[in-house]
This record gives sequence, structure tokens and C-alpha cells, in this order.
Amino acid sequence: MIEFRDVDKWFGSLHVLKRINLKVSGGEVVVVCGPSGSGKSTLIRCVNRLESIQSGEIIVDGQSLLDPKFDPSKLRTDVGMVFQSFNLYPHMTVLQNITLAPTKVKGLAAGEAEKVAKELLDRVGIPDKAGVYPANLSGGQQQRVAIARALAMKPKIMLFDEPTSALDPEMINEVLEVMTDLAHDGMTMVVVTHEMGFARRVAHRVVFMDEGQIIEEGKPETFFGAPQSPRAQQFLGKILSH
Amino acid sequence: MTYNFDWSVLWRGQSGLWLLQGLVTTIEISVVAWVVAFTLGIFSGAVRTVSITPLRWLASFYVEFFRNVPLLVWMFFWYFAVPPLLPQPLQDWLFDHGAEFWAGVVALGVYHGARFSEVMRSGIQSIPKTLFEAAVSTGLTMAQAYRLIIIPIALRLIIPPATNESLNLIKNSSVALTIGVAELTFQTRQIETYTAKAFEALTAGTLIYLVLCLAIATTMSQLEKRFAIPGMITKRQTGEF
Ligand SMILES: Nc1ncnc2c1ncn2[C@@H]1O[C@H](COP(=O)(O)OP(=O)(O)OP(=O)(O)O)[C@@H](O)[C@H]1O
Ligand SMILES: [Mg+2]
Repeated sequence: MIEFRDVDKWFGSLHVLKRINLKVSGGEVVVVCGPSGSGKSTLIRCVNRLESIQSGEIIVDGQSLLDPKFDPSKLRTDVGMVFQSFNLYPHMTVLQNITLAPTKVKGLAAGEAEKVAKELLDRVGIPDKAGVYPANLSGGQQQRVAIARALAMKPKIMLFDEPTSALDPEMINEVLEVMTDLAHDGMTMVVVTHEMGFARRVAHRVVFMDEGQIIEEGKPETFFGAPQSPRAQQFLGKILSH
Repeated sequence: MTYNFDWSVLWRGQSGLWLLQGLVTTIEISVVAWVVAFTLGIFSGAVRTVSITPLRWLASFYVEFFRNVPLLVWMFFWYFAVPPLLPQPLQDWLFDHGAEFWAGVVALGVYHGARFSEVMRSGIQSIPKTLFEAAVSTGLTMAQAYRLIIIPIALRLIIPPATNESLNLIKNSSVALTIGVAELTFQTRQIETYTAKAFEALTAGTLIYLVLCLAIATTMSQLEKRFAIPGMITKRQTGEF
């Protein structure tokens, strides 16, 4: 579903992704973790072309992002993304947030889009918030709306960049539950997170990055049980001691 | 002190009519110039924040060029320098239809357009970049993301500085008297010439400007409340003159 082939990326002189090779198959849930600044966000932002790469190749759903005919907007209808800061449109109601892209990009009729939006709000557990403005929701509710907004485009892949890092502890679980359901429904997911409980329970694979490189990858039980590299051991030591 | 106040000069003879005509012309030139300035400003201000470099340069060039030449020079330029370059029929038409008015509109429009552009740019730049990224990552094109999300939010955020800039435009419309537009300041000068009562005439002009600007400021702050984004507090900004 997603394939990185020898991908390199620089920000100016800063080499942020170094020879990345990674494959994510359909239905797979991959958790990406690693220290701050290791390039996790950059890695997943390359998948929906929020960042461009300088060498190598990325193939998403059979299409190379280097193809001259490649259209980023088209790609992004198939790849949903959820950010750390929820980024809801503050001047629109929850319902409008969710129906905007389906009506404007896919040309769905307003009634149809609203029906889809209400189903999604049901699914993320806040059916009664359709008419509310984002500012009047809690962080956990906002993030669930953001997930619903991404799902409204019926994407094949969902990217999450630290979706629970900005949340108060008591709201983290309500978001993780929605993500877990999504994983169980067979969504292909790449999740940057430090929620190791979620990684253990839900991920098929864990990818550990440091300084722009993939240092280690494996099944959660292997990675958490017996990390191979000293850097991963050190990282897990820090995280788990909290 | 030997000055004899005579406020009745303001309603004797034609003074009242002149003031009224002046006010109407001030409003006319300001409104038309405002539409030009606002359109140019919103558009070029938005373009200055996009990632397409040639477009951004073009918009920056417009802003720097028009903002850094004194308004008075623009008035003279559009009134004295440009019309002779136009085809004769157009020149004839212009001079039959108040060339000074249209020169004033263009001068005020492009000058304040450049200043509105700055207001718009900083409004857009105060919106977190990730909001734009979230919009395009749902498949919206850059143009759609600007039209549906970035510009509507920015327009609400810029109401206070844009109001300031609009009031500056009204006040600057008085510069159009130098090319013969019979606006409010022009008319107060005329009353002064006819009655030799400078203090009374200018006081009347001053008060009319004051009432006009206060009325607009009040309306705009109502508008700001009416369109406020829930949960978003817009900081009140004060502009420089
Ligand atoms: N737009 C940018 N311009 C320049 N440098 C950038 C940019 N975005 C990220 N970087 C740098 O690239 C490196 C990798 O950043 P990235 O955001 O991918 O790390 P991360 O692993 O997601 O870290 P964090 O856990 O803090 O989110 C960092 O050194 C960062 O400072
Ligand atoms: Mg990050």
C-alpha cells in the first residue's frame, strides 16, 4: 500500500531522512516511534506529499509520487491525516468541518454528505455535537471530529502524527479507542505515537527511528520485549520509566 | 484677540449645500477607492503567502512599489501623467466624466490596496500553517483551501486593522483636493475663501470627518462581534498613521 525506496530528504543542509526503506501493506497498522527530531513527522508527511523528497521513490496505492502525471490532491483523497493540533476549521460547525471536503472535492450532494458525517460522528462517539463549533468541544472531542473529517473522504490509508500528545491524560483513551476500532475494521494505518500500550495492543509492526534512519523494526512483542539496538533500548528505557 | 466668530456663515448662502456636496463626494470617492483597495489588498495579500514563488514576487513588488511612493505623488501621476497616454476618445470621455475623480480613485485604490495587502498578509500569517495543511490533506486544492478556509478566517481576524486602514483611506481622500476633486476639505476651503471665516469652516469640516469616522468604527466593531469566530479572541490592534 505504501512503499519507501531509498528515500532521502534534506531541509536545506539538514539530512532528515536517510535511505529510508519501508513497506506497509494493506490493512497493516504500523507504529513509528523514536526521539524528538528523529524525522517521524517528516516520514509520514512524505506519504501524502506535504513534504517532497530529494531522492528515492515513494509509491502509494500503486502510484509513484514522482510520476509526472501525479496529482497531490487526488492522492490526498485516498490518504487521511490526523495532526497533533486538531486543526478543525474554527469558523465552521462540526458538521460543516466533516462535509466540506466530500462536497467540494468529491461533489457529493449536501444531504448525502451530512448522512455520512452523522454516521461518522456516531462512530467516533459524539453524535450530539454536529451543530457545535470546535471551540466548544474538549480536546478529545476535537480530535475525534478530526478523525471523522478524515474518514469522510473514505481514505484507504490513515496517517496519525502524535494524535494524543496534545491531550489531557483523561482524554487520551477516548481517542485511542476510536483508532483501535479503525484498526480492527482493517484500515491501513501509520501512527506516530509514544503510546506504547496502544502499540502493543494494536500495531502489527513497530518502526523505531533515530536521526533520520530506521534503526529497527519488528513485531511489537519483539521490539518491546527484546529491542536489538542500544539506541532503542535507551529510548524504551526512558519512555517506560515514566 | 480680534477674531470675530460668526458661525452663521455655515448656513448662510451656499455653505450648507457645499458641505453636503463635499461630504457626498468624500463618501463616493472613498467607497469606490475602498472597493478597489480592498479587492487588490485581499488578493495580493493572500498571494504573498502562497508557495508559488513568481506569484509571490509579483505581489510583493506591487506592495513595495505602491506603498513607498507618497500618496500625493500618485494623485499627480494618475491625473497629470497618465491621461495623455490614453487614446484620444478615452481622454475625451474621461474629462467629460470627472477625470479628477477617477484619478483620485485609482491613486487611493492602489496606494491603500498595498497597505490592505500588508494587513491581509499578517492576518493570514497569524493562522497556524497546520490548518492549511489539514485542509489540503483532505484533498482540497490550494485555491479551495484559501477560498473556503484561510481567507474567511483571515477576514474575520483583520477587521480591527482593516477598519483602521479604511479610516486612513477616508482621511487620505482629502489629498484629492490637490487635483481638484470637490470633496469635503475642498469645500471647506471654498467656504473659507468666500466668507474669510477659516476657523468656522475648518471646524465644520473637522466635525464631519470625526462623525463619519466614528460611525464607521462603531459599525465595524459591531460587525466584528457579529462575525466573531467562536472561542477565538481577536486582539485589538492599533494602526500607525
Ligand atoms: N520545515 C522544516 N524546515 C527545516 N527543518 C525542519 C522542518 N521540519 C522539520 N525540520 C527538522 O527536521 C528534523 C526532523 O523533524 P521531524 O518533525 O520530522 O521530527 P519528529 O521525529 O517528528 O520529532 P518530534 O517528536 O519532535 O515531533 C528536526 O531536526 C526538525 O528540526
Ligand atoms: Mg513530529
